[in-house]
Amino acid sequence: MTFQVELVSPEAISYSGEAEMVIARTLEGGDIAFQPGHVPFIGVLAVWSVDVIRPDGERDTIAVHQGFVQVAGTKVSILSDVSESPGDIDVARAEEARSIAQQALAADRDDEDAAGALARAELRLRVASA
Amino acid sequence: MAGGKERVLRRRIGSVQNTKKITRAMELIAATRVVKAQQRARAAKPYAEQITRVIENLAAGGAEVDHPLLRRADTVERVGVVVISSDRGLAGPYNSAVIRAAERQVQNARSEGADYSLIVIGKKARDYFAFRDFTVDSYTDGISDNPTYEDARRVADTVAAMFTEGRVDRVELVYTEFISIGSQKVTTRRFLPLESTETIATQGGGEAGASGSFEFEPSPEAVLAALLPRYVEARLFGALLESAASEHANRQRAMKAATDNAEELITKLSREMNRARQDAITTEIMEIVSGAEALGSDDGPDSQYDIEELVAAGVEA
Repeated sequence: MTFQVELVSPEAISYSGEAEMVIARTLEGGDIAFQPGHVPFIGVLAVWSVDVIRPDGERDTIAVHQGFVQVAGTKVSILSDVSESPGDIDVARAEEARSIAQQALAADRDDEDAAGALARAELRLRVASA
Repeated sequence: MAGGKERVLRRRIGSVQNTKKITRAMELIAATRVVKAQQRARAAKPYAEQITRVIENLAAGGAEVDHPLLRRADTVERVGVVVISSDRGLAGPYNSAVIRAAERQVQNARSEGADYSLIVIGKKARDYFAFRDFTVDSYTDGISDNPTYEDARRVADTVAAMFTEGRVDRVELVYTEFISIGSQKVTTRRFLPLESTETIATQGGGEAGASGSFEFEPSPEAVLAALLPRYVEARLFGALLESAASEHANRQRAMKAATDNAEELITKLSREMNRARQDAITTEIMEIVSGAEALGSDDGPDSQYDIEELVAAGVEA
């Protein structure tokens, strides 16, 4: 059994397809996997990846920096301002951003901007290498 | 002396022709931009719809929180007016219509005894209000032509911050709604405070509650708190996209009218020029003939021949 997955950004529908399972990470909630027939669900996503397991067993990994997931009936919608598939990620830039963020954090451990930047850079690198 | 008027007319026709080339080019550019802007506005719809649907589901789930964006002031001391205009002119009544509607909002605020705060997008509205000594509190340019979500977020965040910090108690959004290529309408919408979640839900008109009770993570309140700022951004983004499409549609129409007028003017001027040329030739022939006649009274037989020669020379000249 499959269901429909849509990744909706403010500018367009950036990903759409059938899936057997969707794995995401919610804020404070940890990882959560959805399969067809899941109870209706709305969650705030953490800065993390969303994995879509397609019917042919392939796995699409998408970096989602901020957003929501809504599961209703036979459809999973992921709403996100910023999301990237592995092909969109500039690895060199992400590495540079990571080292800058690490330096900023070394100087000031409570720098929230730097912590956010570090999380995003690490997510990009992880998704790009997946 | 001959052809003085003709030369002036010829030069005018040339300049009108050049202008026509420019307006025609602008018309064609605007036409392609309308299509693109329309597609973008359409592509942005799913996100706004989905966000509204989530709010619907939250409302059905009974989540009602005391969020700063829902705060309703007891007395409105200052009204914020967000006005979306363009950076460039030559778009027919597009800018003047939206500016007039914004000015009306400012006057309404004044008649209620409230102060106003202008949040201006686009050079045209800024020029208008600055020239008339209005205070412009926030100004953004370079985005109205082809707005990105990042632009919308920046402006929306500024407005939301003004509202949550209590610098404005109500915000009106004045923009041009894109109904179709042939029809755009200046629209004023209440931007902040947001309607209660129930109102958003009923206005959304989707299949609310169709899927029954939802599970929320971390909690309905936390989801709503994260969602409302996105909703504000998405609404402003939608308004920006519709305004951009309207701007290009208006420009296309204005430039089409200008091209048609130029064509008409060229026909009229060419007729006038031809008449002037004809008049000049007739006058010249008359002069030659009467000149020849004056001479021709002494030597008879040659005169006929001379006149023909002179006329031929005159026509060539």
